[in-house]
Amino acid sequence: MNAALLLERALHLALLLALPPLLPGVVNRVKAIVAGRSGPGLLQGYLDLAKLLRKGAVYSRTTTWIFRAGPVVGLAAVLAAGLLLPLAGRTALLSFPGDVIAFAALLGLSRFFTVLAALDTGSAFEGMGASREASFSAFAEPVLFLVLATLCVAAGAAGFGEVLEPVGTAAAALRHPVLLVAAAALFAVLLAENARIPVDDPNTHLELTMIHEVMVLDHGGPDLAFIQYGAAVKLFLFSALLAHLVLPFPAGPAGAAVLVLGVLGAAVAVGLVESAMARLRMGRVPQFLVGAGALAALALAVLLTRGR
Amino acid sequence: MGQLADLLLLLVVVLGLQALATSRIQGAVRAVALQGAALSLLPFALGHALGLGAMVAIAAITFALKAVLIPRLLTRAIRTAGVVHEAEPFVSLHVSVMLGAALVGAAFWLGGALELPWPAPSRLVVPSALATLFLGLLVTVSRRKAVSQVVGYLMLENGIFVFGQALAHQVPFVVELGILLDVLVGVFVMGIAIHHISREFDHIDVDALSTLRD
Amino acid sequence: MSLLAAAALLLLAAALAPVLLARRDAAAFRVGTLLTIAACAAGFAGATAALRDGLNVEATFDWPLPIGAVRAGLDPLSAFFLVVLFLVAGLAALHGLAAHPARGGRAGGRAAAFYALTVLAMAGVVAARDGVLFLAAWELMTVASYFLVAHEDERPEARRAGMTYLIFSHAGAALLFVLFALLARHGGGFGFDAVRAAGPLAPALAGTLFGLALAGFGGKAALFPLHLWAPDAYPEAPPHAAALLSGAVSKMGIYGLLRALDLLGPPEGWWGTALVAVGGATAVTGALHAFAQRDLKRLVAYSSVENLGVVALGLGVGVLGRAHGAPLVAWLGFAGALLHVLNHGLVKSLLLLLAGDVADATGTRALDRLGALARRMPVTGGAFLLGALALAGLPPLNVFVSEWLLLSGALRGAATLPAEAAAAAVVALALLALAGGLAAAAFVKAYGVGFLGAPRSTAPLAARDPGGLRQGAVLALAGVCLTLGLAPETAASLPAAAAALAAGLSAPPAAALEPVAALSRGVLLLVLLGAALAAARALLLRRREVRAGATWGCGYEAPTARMQYTAASFPAPALGTFEGLLARNVVGAGPEGYFPAAARREERLVDTAGERFVVPLARRFLQALARVRVLQGGRLQLYLLYVFATLVLLLAWQLVLSP
Repeated sequence: MNAALLLERALHLALLLALPPLLPGVVNRVKAIVAGRSGPGLLQGYLDLAKLLRKGAVYSRTTTWIFRAGPVVGLAAVLAAGLLLPLAGRTALLSFPGDVIAFAALLGLSRFFTVLAALDTGSAFEGMGASREASFSAFAEPVLFLVLATLCVAAGAAGFGEVLEPVGTAAAALRHPVLLVAAAALFAVLLAENARIPVDDPNTHLELTMIHEVMVLDHGGPDLAFIQYGAAVKLFLFSALLAHLVLPFPAGPAGAAVLVLGVLGAAVAVGLVESAMARLRMGRVPQFLVGAGALAALALAVLLTRGR
Repeated sequence: MGQLADLLLLLVVVLGLQALATSRIQGAVRAVALQGAALSLLPFALGHALGLGAMVAIAAITFALKAVLIPRLLTRAIRTAGVVHEAEPFVSLHVSVMLGAALVGAAFWLGGALELPWPAPSRLVVPSALATLFLGLLVTVSRRKAVSQVVGYLMLENGIFVFGQALAHQVPFVVELGILLDVLVGVFVMGIAIHHISREFDHIDVDALSTLRD
Repeated sequence: MSLLAAAALLLLAAALAPVLLARRDAAAFRVGTLLTIAACAAGFAGATAALRDGLNVEATFDWPLPIGAVRAGLDPLSAFFLVVLFLVAGLAALHGLAAHPARGGRAGGRAAAFYALTVLAMAGVVAARDGVLFLAAWELMTVASYFLVAHEDERPEARRAGMTYLIFSHAGAALLFVLFALLARHGGGFGFDAVRAAGPLAPALAGTLFGLALAGFGGKAALFPLHLWAPDAYPEAPPHAAALLSGAVSKMGIYGLLRALDLLGPPEGWWGTALVAVGGATAVTGALHAFAQRDLKRLVAYSSVENLGVVALGLGVGVLGRAHGAPLVAWLGFAGALLHVLNHGLVKSLLLLLAGDVADATGTRALDRLGALARRMPVTGGAFLLGALALAGLPPLNVFVSEWLLLSGALRGAATLPAEAAAAAVVALALLALAGGLAAAAFVKAYGVGFLGAPRSTAPLAARDPGGLRQGAVLALAGVCLTLGLAPETAASLPAAAAALAAGLSAPPAAALEPVAALSRGVLLLVLLGAALAAARALLLRRREVRAGATWGCGYEAPTARMQYTAASFPAPALGTFEGLLARNVVGAGPEGYFPAAARREERLVDTAGERFVVPLARRFLQALARVRVLQGGRLQLYLLYVFATLVLLLAWQLVLSP
């Protein structure tokens, strides 16, 4: 392995591990600024994690090993997914045709164990969050796949390595304007999967409005640290994917810089959306996701009929 | 010899008509028994070359079964069930005799048209076989009492026996004997069944079996 | 080969032994089941050897019946299905050996005999190389498995389920008779080699035959809309019989489809689209209904329907690839479908056996009365978790590998095939993703509501692990699933030759198996990451204070276990969108007023889509038949008269009217 490749790999790992907790900080800061407050610091996420890692834990007597395993498996799955997405340079740490599907499956694994851990507490609140999360993710999955399929159809290949490269080299948006439509659909999935308004409200703790927050009510200490970190990594991954769709990516380390900018830009966009919109009624969330799916399907239809 | 064969065959057909015409069940049984006796003599009359000993043995077995043993089983079943008359058959006796005559005519018409791969021992064998067959079926279809059904079954088998005589080149007598054994067992079983039915229901009206449907 | 012959003989002995031992039922059951297990072991060894050696032979056996000789043979496709059959049948029989007597099993000899007959018939179906043997074995399989479904015939639900199963199976078999008759006419004989040698079929005829095959085999494979029998039949059969039915018998429909595709030659594009449509509808319907069910066994049964749909989707992708000359897409689709057949057979057997164990231990099938079983039945719970993870299609388990192959094929198809086929591939992707999401939700519900939380009634309080042989069989199945999941390369190599055969290739494409190696590394990384994080967490908590407490109740003073989410309320947010497929009939209303008195509300799930297809058809059919029913007088003499009249008419016609 030559030095450049080694540098790329190290950069990939560093970005994956170190950058994510910055994003919730950015989102909160943007929301605060829009609301006229000064808000928490940008590095608050890191400080929260450090605090939680120093704490002990209280476990409910109703819970089993699932509750203790949930955060671990959730984080492991999300980090593994992060190894598949090209973050610095052309290829990811682990790249093969069909890794797109593994990416989605790993996110599913993370969600599965989070929901199970919520049901393990035997509380009606966590169960409510679990029910909503399980139901709505069933709608979000096809939309994610449609967006990924749009990428693959546009590039004529089936792995992140080949798919994101030609899309990223040139001014992608100009060559495939239809990809902007796909990017809009992806943004909707991002909001849904990361429990952001308009699907969920991360700041509230009212049972009428919680999905993700309520699932983790009973976790504390290092478990909660793992969960929050995992959520940040998930947001980071989706933002990276969005950035790849929208921005042109040059070769080498400059690509990493563009990625960081794109990710931060996505976080700002999320913050703006959260400030501007209210949360949807629970019954409207499937419609929201189906609408996103329709957008992705539209992009695909255009790509398929117009030729690539 | 040919004339004796024709005589026996015609006798068989006439006895079949007799079984149709009588309303007394014992009379029908007797007609079928006489049919069996006539049939046991038929192989001699048709002149099959099988060795005298074999022929005598077969004739004796046929006579014993068809003319003696089976009618005795039936008579015992009749006595157990206590029936004497076939009351109200589906088709009245006059009509059934006329139908029987018509069927005999049809049998002769069809039998004439049936071509066997080798010449039959007598012109009458195939038509009378078909006639006995049809008469047996008519008895089975038109009677109410279970014993009459058995009589019809026996006439059916007699018709097959006669048909077998026409094919006697090809069908070894072992098969004939096997069929006879089947008949014996069948009648045995039917006798037992009739006994139990009459004991359970106090009658043997097959007509009461009217729920063989959805 | 000799091993397989030995297996066949042992199965025959297993079918006959209970007849000889009819008086001692328990001994009959034990002997029959042991013989069956021995036969399956021999058969499994023989089949894996045949698969490994790439055997491809055919032989003719002269038969004293008028149909003449019958042909049987073994090729990679048959060998693969034999592997699936013997593995599933053997492990399920092992479980049944211990479970059946423990449940107070009656008529055990009969159960063992029909089990062995079903396995033997399936082996016959898979090995048949001419239409007559195929159909004879198919009919035997249907009849023998009917007796398995209706085994507990003292219960009206079991009788009804058996009758439904029989009707659907025979309707399909009627279509299969037509199919094989037409093929025989084309080939000038019933043998498959004759059909293949007779040259290509006219497109119209090929299309008709494909439609017949899809309808006939699709009924057995529980494809939409002919899936209605499965949710009734699988829960009513004894658990080990249900495992055989779901794991092997329904796969015979898939085998039939593959064999028909093999006989019909190069496929048309619309065949793939049809398979994708049917498979997708089946998958989504099955997953949706599984998500909505409250009965554990019915949930697992609907999941079977979903997975059979996934297999059909894979077949569709494979056919699309083959029709458009994309060998990699074709191979991926078929390999995914075939591996899914194996994986699903294993996992579904595991879950059906476990569902039986849970029902026996708690005395109920209703999820809403269970809860906290993981603590009381740790082995069962662990195995169920593995099964649930598997059926949700998640790594590191085996179903993920087969779904990954399938989805790779669809994705590659979407990216590289011409427009219409690519659109079909995209539809396949979307439907598969939807079904996958719903299935994951269904199994989260099954495990979460049934095994986690607090007990919702008194039923789970006395539950314990069954232990012994039952546990052994279950652990063996779970172990195989986990092993296949952790070693994707091995798993993908199993159907490689069979998939190549189905895709019309001579060998698997070179580019097909490399990504699997990378996937293996990924799975390994996942496991390592998990272990590392668990170690980190343990390290962090070692020096911290860890206490036990009650679940935080958000300020409520008296939370009860009945406040937990139930199997009925869990899917509620999603079900509103799917009213067209799944309706909820509600009778009565909930409590009303501020101080409500007793209230009663009944909710029933209705398979609207399925019934909208089948019920009107059945009704029209019965109306037409009612007119014919007049012929049934009910009298014996009338029927004899029919015979008589037919005889006379036939004689007259043959002898006089048309000599």
